[in-house]
Amino acid sequence: MKIYSEISSNKLKTWLIMVFFVVFITTIIYIFAKTLGYGLSLVGAALILSGIMSLGSYYFSDKMVLAISGAKEIKKEDNRQLYNTVENLCIASGQPIPKIYIISDSSPNAFATGRSPDKAVVCVTSGLLNMLAKTELEGVISHELSHIKNFDIRLMAVVAILVGFIALISDIFMRSLWFGGSRDNERNSAQGVLMVIGIIFAILSPIVAILIQLAVSRKREFLADASGVLLTRFPEGLTSALIKISKYPYPLKNANNATAHLFISNPFKNKESKNPFSSLFNTHPPIEERIKILRSM
Amino acid sequence: MNFYFFIGIVLVLLFLWYIYNSLIISKLRINEALSQIDVQLKRRADLIPNLVETVKGYAKHEKELFEKITAERSALMTARGPEEKASVNNQLTHTLKSLFAVAENYPDLKASQNFLELQGELSDTENKIAYSRQFYNSSVLDYNTKIQIFPNVFFARILNFKEAEFFGTDEKDKKKVEVKF
Repeated sequence: MKIYSEISSNKLKTWLIMVFFVVFITTIIYIFAKTLGYGLSLVGAALILSGIMSLGSYYFSDKMVLAISGAKEIKKEDNRQLYNTVENLCIASGQPIPKIYIISDSSPNAFATGRSPDKAVVCVTSGLLNMLAKTELEGVISHELSHIKNFDIRLMAVVAILVGFIALISDIFMRSLWFGGSRDNERNSAQGVLMVIGIIFAILSPIVAILIQLAVSRKREFLADASGVLLTRFPEGLTSALIKISKYPYPLKNANNATAHLFISNPFKNKESKNPFSSLFNTHPPIEERIKILRSM
Repeated sequence: MNFYFFIGIVLVLLFLWYIYNSLIISKLRINEALSQIDVQLKRRADLIPNLVETVKGYAKHEKELFEKITAERSALMTARGPEEKASVNNQLTHTLKSLFAVAENYPDLKASQNFLELQGELSDTENKIAYSRQFYNSSVLDYNTKIQIFPNVFFARILNFKEAEFFGTDEKDKKKVEVKF
Protein backbone atom coordinates (compact mmCIF):
# COMPACT_ATOMS: atom_id res chain seq x y z
CA MET A 1 0.00 0.00 0.00
CA LYS A 2 2.78 2.35 0.97
CA ILE A 3 4.40 2.11 -2.45
CA TYR A 4 1.18 2.74 -4.34
CA SER A 5 0.39 5.92 -2.42
CA GLU A 6 3.99 6.99 -3.01
CA ILE A 7 3.51 6.54 -6.76
CA SER A 8 0.35 8.63 -6.96
CA SER A 9 1.83 11.35 -4.78
CA ASN A 10 4.85 11.47 -7.09
CA LYS A 11 2.64 11.81 -10.16
CA LEU A 12 0.64 14.59 -8.50
CA LYS A 13 3.76 16.44 -7.43
CA THR A 14 5.11 16.30 -10.98
CA TRP A 15 2.00 18.05 -12.30
CA LEU A 16 2.05 20.58 -9.48
CA ILE A 17 5.63 21.52 -10.25
CA MET A 18 4.88 21.91 -13.96
CA VAL A 19 1.87 24.16 -13.25
CA PHE A 20 3.82 26.06 -10.64
CA PHE A 21 6.59 26.71 -13.15
CA VAL A 22 4.20 28.25 -15.69
CA VAL A 23 2.50 30.40 -13.05
CA PHE A 24 5.81 31.45 -11.57
CA ILE A 25 7.49 32.49 -14.83
CA THR A 26 4.35 34.29 -16.03
CA THR A 27 4.06 36.19 -12.75
CA ILE A 28 7.69 37.27 -12.86
CA ILE A 29 7.31 38.51 -16.42
CA TYR A 30 4.06 40.26 -15.47
CA ILE A 31 5.83 42.13 -12.68
CA PHE A 32 8.60 43.02 -15.10
CA ALA A 33 6.18 44.27 -17.73
CA LYS A 34 4.27 46.37 -15.21
CA THR A 35 7.34 47.98 -13.67
CA LEU A 36 9.12 48.68 -16.90
CA GLY A 37 5.98 49.67 -18.82
CA TYR A 38 6.12 47.00 -21.52
CA GLY A 39 2.88 45.77 -23.03
CA LEU A 40 1.07 42.73 -21.73
CA SER A 41 1.85 40.81 -24.93
CA LEU A 42 5.14 39.98 -23.25
CA VAL A 43 3.17 38.15 -20.56
CA GLY A 44 1.32 36.15 -23.17
CA ALA A 45 4.58 35.15 -24.77
CA ALA A 46 5.92 34.14 -21.35
CA LEU A 47 2.82 32.05 -20.70
CA ILE A 48 3.20 30.19 -23.99
CA LEU A 49 6.96 29.74 -23.70
CA SER A 50 6.86 28.49 -20.12
CA GLY A 51 4.00 26.19 -21.02
CA ILE A 52 6.04 24.71 -23.84
CA MET A 53 9.04 24.37 -21.56
CA SER A 54 6.97 22.68 -18.91
CA LEU A 55 5.56 20.10 -21.31
CA GLY A 56 8.96 19.75 -22.96
CA SER A 57 10.51 18.95 -19.61
CA TYR A 58 7.89 16.24 -19.13
CA TYR A 59 8.68 14.57 -22.43
CA PHE A 60 12.37 15.28 -22.95
CA SER A 61 13.85 15.82 -19.49
CA ASP A 62 15.45 12.38 -19.49
CA LYS A 63 17.25 13.06 -22.77
CA MET A 64 18.42 16.45 -21.53
CA VAL A 65 19.67 14.97 -18.29
CA LEU A 66 21.56 12.28 -20.18
CA ALA A 67 23.02 14.83 -22.58
CA ILE A 68 24.13 17.09 -19.72
CA SER A 69 25.79 14.15 -18.00
CA GLY A 70 27.54 13.00 -21.17
CA ALA A 71 26.13 9.48 -20.94
CA LYS A 72 26.33 6.91 -23.73
CA GLU A 73 23.93 4.06 -24.31
CA ILE A 74 25.26 0.50 -24.25
CA LYS A 75 23.91 -2.74 -25.66
CA LYS A 76 24.00 -6.21 -24.20
CA GLU A 77 27.23 -7.09 -26.04
CA ASP A 78 29.10 -4.04 -24.74
CA ASN A 79 28.90 -5.00 -21.10
CA ARG A 80 27.38 -8.37 -20.50
CA GLN A 81 27.77 -8.38 -16.74
CA LEU A 82 26.07 -5.02 -16.22
CA TYR A 83 23.29 -5.93 -18.63
CA ASN A 84 22.68 -9.28 -16.92
CA THR A 85 22.59 -7.65 -13.50
CA VAL A 86 19.97 -5.13 -14.63
CA GLU A 87 17.98 -7.79 -16.49
CA ASN A 88 17.94 -10.21 -13.55
CA LEU A 89 16.85 -7.62 -11.03
CA CYS A 90 14.13 -6.45 -13.41
CA ILE A 91 12.88 -10.02 -13.62
CA ALA A 92 12.84 -10.18 -9.83
CA SER A 93 10.86 -6.98 -9.43
CA GLY A 94 8.64 -7.59 -12.46
CA GLN A 95 9.39 -4.39 -14.31
CA PRO A 96 10.49 -3.78 -17.91
CA ILE A 97 14.21 -3.66 -18.61
CA PRO A 98 15.36 -0.02 -18.80
CA LYS A 99 17.92 1.30 -21.27
CA ILE A 100 21.41 1.28 -19.86
CA TYR A 101 23.82 4.21 -20.15
CA ILE A 102 27.40 4.64 -19.04
CA ILE A 103 29.16 7.90 -18.15
CA SER A 104 32.86 7.58 -18.63
CA ASP A 105 34.13 9.09 -15.39
CA SER A 106 36.23 7.51 -12.67
CA SER A 107 34.05 8.90 -9.87
CA PRO A 108 31.60 6.14 -8.87
CA ASN A 109 27.96 7.14 -9.05
CA ALA A 110 24.64 6.15 -10.63
CA PHE A 111 21.21 7.56 -11.39
CA ALA A 112 17.94 6.63 -13.05
CA THR A 113 15.73 8.84 -15.19
CA GLY A 114 12.81 8.74 -17.61
CA ARG A 115 9.11 9.41 -17.32
CA SER A 116 7.71 5.93 -16.66
CA PRO A 117 9.02 2.41 -15.99
CA ASP A 118 8.74 1.41 -19.66
CA LYS A 119 10.66 4.51 -20.81
CA ALA A 120 13.30 4.47 -18.13
CA VAL A 121 17.07 4.73 -18.17
CA VAL A 122 19.61 3.50 -15.68
CA CYS A 123 22.94 5.25 -15.85
CA VAL A 124 26.17 4.30 -14.11
CA THR A 125 29.69 5.69 -14.30
CA SER A 126 32.57 3.56 -15.51
CA GLY A 127 34.24 4.20 -12.16
CA LEU A 128 31.34 2.48 -10.43
CA LEU A 129 31.71 -0.59 -12.64
CA ASN A 130 35.44 -0.80 -11.99
CA MET A 131 35.16 -0.35 -8.27
CA LEU A 132 32.23 -2.51 -7.22
CA ALA A 133 31.91 -6.26 -6.83
CA LYS A 134 28.88 -8.05 -8.25
CA THR A 135 26.76 -7.99 -5.09
CA GLU A 136 27.54 -4.31 -4.55
CA LEU A 137 26.58 -3.46 -8.12
CA GLU A 138 23.33 -5.39 -7.61
CA GLY A 139 22.65 -3.26 -4.54
CA VAL A 140 23.13 -0.01 -6.46
CA ILE A 141 21.08 -1.15 -9.48
CA SER A 142 18.22 -2.35 -7.30
CA HIS A 143 18.19 1.06 -5.59
CA GLU A 144 17.87 2.72 -8.99
CA LEU A 145 15.20 0.27 -10.16
CA SER A 146 13.17 1.14 -7.07
CA HIS A 147 13.37 4.82 -8.03
CA ILE A 148 11.98 3.84 -11.43
CA LYS A 149 9.20 1.73 -9.98
CA ASN A 150 8.11 4.46 -7.56
CA PHE A 151 7.95 7.10 -10.34
CA ASP A 152 10.61 9.08 -8.50
CA ILE A 153 12.38 9.41 -11.84
CA ARG A 154 9.61 11.39 -13.53
CA LEU A 155 9.38 13.90 -10.71
CA MET A 156 13.13 14.23 -10.32
CA ALA A 157 13.78 14.71 -14.03
CA VAL A 158 11.12 17.43 -14.32
CA VAL A 159 12.55 19.10 -11.22
CA ALA A 160 16.01 18.90 -12.72
CA ILE A 161 14.98 20.85 -15.82
CA LEU A 162 12.39 23.32 -14.49
CA VAL A 163 13.85 24.16 -11.12
CA GLY A 164 17.28 24.05 -12.67
CA PHE A 165 16.06 26.67 -15.14
CA ILE A 166 14.74 28.93 -12.37
CA ALA A 167 18.03 28.57 -10.51
CA LEU A 168 19.88 29.45 -13.70
CA ILE A 169 17.79 32.59 -14.26
CA SER A 170 18.21 33.70 -10.68
CA ASP A 171 21.91 33.14 -11.05
CA ILE A 172 21.96 35.44 -14.10
CA PHE A 173 19.96 38.12 -12.27
CA MET A 174 22.28 37.87 -9.31
CA ARG A 175 25.23 38.60 -11.58
CA SER A 176 23.46 41.47 -13.31
CA LEU A 177 22.67 42.91 -9.89
CA TRP A 178 26.39 43.08 -9.17
CA PHE A 179 27.72 44.19 -12.54
CA GLY A 180 24.86 45.73 -14.52
CA GLY A 181 22.14 48.22 -13.70
CA SER A 182 24.02 51.49 -13.17
CA ARG A 183 24.75 51.93 -16.86
CA ASP A 184 21.11 52.65 -17.53
CA ASN A 185 20.43 56.28 -18.48
CA GLU A 186 16.96 56.63 -17.08
CA ARG A 187 17.16 56.58 -13.30
CA ASN A 188 13.56 55.52 -12.81
CA SER A 189 13.91 52.54 -15.05
CA ALA A 190 17.14 51.45 -13.35
CA GLN A 191 15.55 51.70 -9.94
CA GLY A 192 12.63 49.68 -11.24
CA VAL A 193 14.93 46.94 -12.40
CA LEU A 194 16.69 46.84 -9.05
CA MET A 195 13.38 46.69 -7.25
CA VAL A 196 12.13 43.85 -9.43
CA ILE A 197 15.34 41.98 -8.88
CA GLY A 198 14.92 42.49 -5.16
CA ILE A 199 11.42 41.09 -5.31
CA ILE A 200 12.49 38.15 -7.42
CA PHE A 201 15.15 37.26 -4.94
CA ALA A 202 12.92 37.61 -1.96
CA ILE A 203 10.50 35.15 -3.55
CA LEU A 204 12.90 32.94 -5.37
CA SER A 205 15.40 31.57 -2.92
CA PRO A 206 13.03 30.02 -0.37
CA ILE A 207 10.77 28.73 -3.13
CA VAL A 208 13.55 26.96 -4.95
CA ALA A 209 14.63 25.43 -1.68
CA ILE A 210 11.13 24.28 -0.81
CA LEU A 211 10.59 22.82 -4.26
CA ILE A 212 13.72 20.78 -4.08
CA GLN A 213 13.00 19.61 -0.57
CA LEU A 214 9.52 18.68 -1.69
CA ALA A 215 10.78 16.70 -4.61
CA VAL A 216 13.81 15.08 -3.14
CA SER A 217 12.89 14.29 0.39
CA ARG A 218 15.22 12.15 2.42
CA LYS A 219 12.39 9.71 2.72
CA ARG A 220 12.68 9.03 -1.01
CA GLU A 221 16.29 7.85 -0.79
CA PHE A 222 15.57 5.76 2.29
CA LEU A 223 12.57 4.19 0.59
CA ALA A 224 14.62 3.34 -2.49
CA ASP A 225 17.32 1.83 -0.27
CA ALA A 226 14.76 -0.28 1.53
CA SER A 227 12.86 -1.51 -1.51
CA GLY A 228 16.16 -2.13 -3.28
CA VAL A 229 17.21 -4.41 -0.45
CA LEU A 230 13.84 -6.13 -0.62
CA LEU A 231 14.83 -7.05 -4.16
CA THR A 232 18.34 -8.35 -3.52
CA ARG A 233 17.66 -9.61 0.03
CA PHE A 234 21.23 -8.60 0.78
CA PRO A 235 21.61 -5.27 2.64
CA GLU A 236 25.39 -5.68 2.92
CA GLY A 237 25.76 -5.31 -0.88
CA LEU A 238 24.31 -1.81 -1.01
CA THR A 239 25.99 -0.89 2.28
CA SER A 240 29.50 -1.65 1.14
CA ALA A 241 28.76 -0.03 -2.24
CA LEU A 242 27.75 3.18 -0.45
CA ILE A 243 30.86 3.04 1.70
CA LYS A 244 33.08 2.64 -1.37
CA ILE A 245 31.27 5.45 -3.21
CA SER A 246 31.52 7.84 -0.28
CA LYS A 247 35.20 7.11 0.26
CA TYR A 248 36.15 8.05 -3.27
CA PRO A 249 37.52 11.59 -2.99
CA TYR A 250 36.99 13.15 -6.42
CA PRO A 251 33.71 14.70 -7.66
CA LEU A 252 31.92 13.80 -10.87
CA LYS A 253 32.94 16.15 -13.70
CA ASN A 254 29.67 16.48 -15.56
CA ALA A 255 27.32 16.90 -12.61
CA ASN A 256 25.74 20.27 -11.98
CA ASN A 257 23.23 21.75 -9.59
CA ALA A 258 20.25 20.80 -11.66
CA THR A 259 21.13 17.13 -11.90
CA ALA A 260 22.85 16.55 -8.55
CA HIS A 261 19.76 15.29 -6.77
CA LEU A 262 19.30 12.47 -9.28
CA PHE A 263 22.41 10.60 -8.23
CA ILE A 264 22.59 7.84 -5.65
CA SER A 265 25.19 9.79 -3.72
CA ASN A 266 26.09 13.47 -3.79
CA PRO A 267 28.27 13.87 -6.92
CA PHE A 268 29.98 17.03 -5.58
CA LYS A 269 31.47 15.05 -2.73
CA ASN A 270 30.44 17.80 -0.29
CA LYS A 271 32.88 20.26 -1.76
CA GLU A 272 30.97 23.50 -2.02
CA SER A 273 30.75 24.70 -5.57
CA LYS A 274 30.92 28.43 -6.22
CA ASN A 275 27.22 28.81 -6.91
CA PRO A 276 25.38 30.22 -3.87
CA PHE A 277 22.50 27.88 -4.58
CA SER A 278 24.50 24.72 -4.22
CA SER A 279 23.74 24.35 -0.53
CA LEU A 280 20.05 24.39 -1.35
CA PHE A 281 20.57 21.50 -3.70
CA ASN A 282 22.38 19.49 -1.08
CA THR A 283 19.53 17.10 -0.58
CA HIS A 284 21.12 13.76 0.02
CA PRO A 285 20.74 12.23 3.43
CA PRO A 286 24.12 11.61 5.00
CA ILE A 287 25.64 8.31 3.90
CA GLU A 288 26.36 7.37 7.52
CA GLU A 289 22.66 7.53 8.32
CA ARG A 290 21.73 5.40 5.32
CA ILE A 291 24.37 2.85 6.23
CA LYS A 292 23.14 2.71 9.82
CA ILE A 293 19.61 1.95 8.64
CA LEU A 294 20.82 -0.64 6.13
CA ARG A 295 22.91 -2.34 8.79
CA SER A 296 19.89 -2.67 11.05
CA MET A 297 17.88 -4.52 8.41
CA MET B 1 -35.04 5.45 5.87
CA ASN B 2 -35.30 3.99 2.41
CA PHE B 3 -32.80 6.51 1.16
CA TYR B 4 -30.12 5.49 3.69
CA PHE B 5 -30.76 1.86 2.91
CA PHE B 6 -30.15 2.59 -0.75
CA ILE B 7 -26.92 4.47 0.00
CA GLY B 8 -25.78 1.55 2.15
CA ILE B 9 -26.37 -0.93 -0.67
CA VAL B 10 -24.46 1.25 -3.13
CA LEU B 11 -21.50 1.55 -0.76
CA VAL B 12 -21.36 -2.20 -0.23
CA LEU B 13 -21.51 -2.80 -3.97
CA LEU B 14 -18.72 -0.30 -4.60
CA PHE B 15 -16.65 -1.98 -1.93
CA LEU B 16 -17.21 -5.43 -3.48
CA TRP B 17 -16.33 -4.03 -6.87
CA TYR B 18 -13.05 -2.72 -5.51
CA ILE B 19 -12.15 -5.98 -3.78
CA TYR B 20 -13.03 -8.05 -6.82
CA ASN B 21 -10.85 -5.95 -9.11
CA SER B 22 -7.87 -5.96 -6.78
CA LEU B 23 -8.12 -9.76 -6.44
CA ILE B 24 -8.26 -10.19 -10.20
CA ILE B 25 -5.27 -7.91 -10.69
CA SER B 26 -3.23 -9.91 -8.19
CA LYS B 27 -4.25 -13.15 -9.82
CA LEU B 28 -3.24 -11.94 -13.27
CA ARG B 29 0.08 -10.80 -11.89
CA ILE B 30 0.71 -14.33 -10.63
CA ASN B 31 -0.03 -15.75 -14.07
CA GLU B 32 2.36 -13.30 -15.63
CA ALA B 33 5.05 -14.12 -13.09
CA LEU B 34 4.60 -17.81 -13.76
CA SER B 35 4.95 -17.30 -17.50
CA GLN B 36 8.20 -15.44 -16.78
CA ILE B 37 9.47 -18.54 -15.01
CA ASP B 38 8.30 -20.67 -17.95
CA VAL B 39 10.31 -18.56 -20.36
CA GLN B 40 13.45 -19.24 -18.35
CA LEU B 41 12.67 -22.93 -17.88
CA LYS B 42 12.19 -23.29 -21.61
CA ARG B 43 15.48 -21.57 -22.28
CA ARG B 44 17.14 -23.98 -19.91
CA ALA B 45 15.50 -26.99 -21.56
CA ASP B 46 16.69 -25.71 -24.95
CA LEU B 47 20.29 -25.45 -23.80
CA ILE B 48 20.49 -28.94 -22.36
CA PRO B 49 20.63 -31.06 -25.57
CA ASN B 50 23.56 -28.94 -26.76
CA LEU B 51 25.31 -29.42 -23.48
CA VAL B 52 24.77 -33.18 -23.51
CA GLU B 53 26.12 -33.41 -27.06
CA THR B 54 29.19 -31.40 -26.18
CA VAL B 55 29.98 -33.43 -23.09
CA LYS B 56 29.37 -36.70 -24.95
CA GLY B 57 32.14 -35.79 -27.35
CA TYR B 58 34.67 -35.92 -24.51
CA ALA B 59 33.15 -38.20 -21.89
CA LYS B 60 31.44 -41.10 -23.56
CA HIS B 61 31.28 -43.26 -20.45
CA GLU B 62 28.88 -41.14 -18.41
CA LYS B 63 25.92 -42.74 -20.15
CA GLU B 64 23.75 -43.01 -17.04
CA LEU B 65 24.11 -39.34 -16.30
CA PHE B 66 23.14 -38.39 -19.85
CA GLU B 67 20.06 -40.56 -19.73
CA LYS B 68 19.04 -39.12 -16.40
CA ILE B 69 19.43 -35.56 -17.67
CA THR B 70 17.49 -36.28 -20.86
CA ALA B 71 14.67 -37.90 -18.89
CA GLU B 72 14.49 -35.01 -16.46
CA ARG B 73 14.55 -32.52 -19.29
CA SER B 74 11.51 -34.08 -20.92
CA ALA B 75 9.84 -34.24 -17.50
CA LEU B 76 10.45 -30.50 -17.19
CA MET B 77 8.89 -29.86 -20.59
CA THR B 78 5.71 -31.75 -19.69
CA ALA B 79 5.43 -30.63 -16.05
CA ARG B 80 2.25 -28.79 -15.13
CA GLY B 81 1.61 -26.45 -12.23
CA PRO B 82 4.17 -24.53 -10.19
CA GLU B 83 4.72 -27.25 -7.60
CA GLU B 84 5.53 -29.98 -10.10
CA LYS B 85 7.64 -27.65 -12.22
CA ALA B 86 9.58 -26.58 -9.16
CA SER B 87 10.35 -30.10 -8.04
CA VAL B 88 11.37 -31.32 -11.53
CA ASN B 89 13.47 -28.21 -12.02
CA ASN B 90 15.22 -28.74 -8.70
CA GLN B 91 16.05 -32.32 -9.64
CA LEU B 92 17.46 -31.13 -12.92
CA THR B 93 19.57 -28.51 -11.17
CA HIS B 94 20.93 -31.22 -8.95
CA THR B 95 21.78 -33.55 -11.83
CA LEU B 96 23.38 -30.75 -13.84
CA LYS B 97 25.61 -30.02 -10.89
CA SER B 98 26.81 -33.62 -10.93
CA LEU B 99 27.43 -33.28 -14.64
CA PHE B 100 29.58 -30.21 -14.13
CA ALA B 101 31.34 -31.99 -11.28
CA VAL B 102 32.06 -34.93 -13.59
CA ALA B 103 33.35 -32.52 -16.23
CA GLU B 104 36.15 -31.66 -13.82
CA ASN B 105 37.64 -35.08 -14.63
CA TYR B 106 38.03 -34.23 -18.30
CA PRO B 107 40.57 -31.45 -18.85
CA ASP B 108 39.90 -31.30 -22.61
CA LEU B 109 36.21 -30.80 -21.99
CA LYS B 110 36.87 -28.14 -19.39
CA ALA B 111 39.03 -26.25 -21.87
CA SER B 112 36.48 -26.47 -24.67
CA GLN B 113 35.18 -23.05 -25.67
CA ASN B 114 31.77 -24.45 -26.50
CA PHE B 115 31.44 -26.09 -23.11
CA LEU B 116 32.46 -22.93 -21.27
CA GLU B 117 29.91 -20.88 -23.18
CA LEU B 118 27.14 -23.37 -22.43
CA GLN B 119 28.14 -23.43 -18.81
CA GLY B 120 27.95 -19.65 -18.67
CA GLU B 121 24.57 -19.58 -20.40
CA LEU B 122 23.19 -22.22 -18.08
CA SER B 123 24.34 -20.50 -14.93
CA ASP B 124 22.88 -17.24 -16.22
CA THR B 125 19.58 -19.03 -16.84
CA GLU B 126 19.69 -20.51 -13.37
CA ASN B 127 20.12 -17.02 -11.93
CA LYS B 128 17.18 -15.80 -13.95
CA ILE B 129 15.06 -18.71 -12.79
CA ALA B 130 15.91 -17.77 -9.22
CA TYR B 131 14.98 -14.11 -9.78
CA SER B 132 11.73 -14.87 -11.58
CA ARG B 133 10.89 -17.32 -8.82
CA GLN B 134 11.41 -14.52 -6.31
CA PHE B 135 8.97 -12.29 -8.20
CA TYR B 136 6.47 -15.12 -8.54
CA ASN B 137 6.61 -16.02 -4.88
CA SER B 138 6.20 -12.45 -3.72
CA SER B 139 3.20 -12.08 -6.05
CA VAL B 140 1.74 -15.29 -4.62
CA LEU B 141 2.29 -14.04 -1.09
CA ASP B 142 0.55 -10.80 -1.97
CA TYR B 143 -2.42 -12.62 -3.49
CA ASN B 144 -2.75 -15.24 -0.78
CA THR B 145 -2.70 -12.52 1.86
CA LYS B 146 -5.40 -10.61 0.02
CA ILE B 147 -7.81 -13.53 -0.15
CA GLN B 148 -7.29 -14.48 3.48
CA ILE B 149 -7.66 -11.18 5.28
CA PHE B 150 -10.94 -9.94 6.66
CA PRO B 151 -13.37 -9.08 5.07
CA ASN B 152 -12.06 -10.27 1.71
CA VAL B 153 -12.06 -13.85 2.95
CA PHE B 154 -15.87 -14.25 2.70
CA PHE B 155 -16.02 -12.71 -0.69
CA ALA B 156 -13.08 -14.78 -1.98
CA ARG B 157 -14.71 -17.99 -0.75
CA ILE B 158 -18.01 -17.23 -2.44
CA LEU B 159 -16.35 -16.42 -5.76
CA ASN B 160 -14.02 -19.38 -5.45
CA PHE B 161 -10.66 -17.59 -5.35
CA LYS B 162 -8.22 -20.33 -4.37
CA GLU B 163 -4.81 -19.99 -2.77
CA ALA B 164 -1.95 -20.06 -5.27
CA GLU B 165 0.99 -22.45 -4.96
CA PHE B 166 4.48 -21.23 -4.20
CA PHE B 167 7.36 -22.14 -6.48
CA GLY B 168 9.53 -23.93 -3.93
CA THR B 169 13.26 -24.47 -3.73
CA ASP B 170 14.76 -27.79 -2.87
CA GLU B 171 16.77 -28.40 0.28
CA LYS B 172 19.23 -30.41 -1.82
CA ASP B 173 19.97 -27.17 -3.67
CA LYS B 174 21.49 -25.62 -0.64
CA LYS B 175 24.01 -28.37 0.04
CA LYS B 176 27.30 -28.21 -1.76
CA VAL B 177 27.97 -30.72 -4.47
CA GLU B 178 30.90 -32.93 -3.70
CA VAL B 179 33.66 -32.44 -6.24
CA LYS B 180 36.15 -35.25 -6.66
CA PHE B 181 39.62 -34.62 -7.99
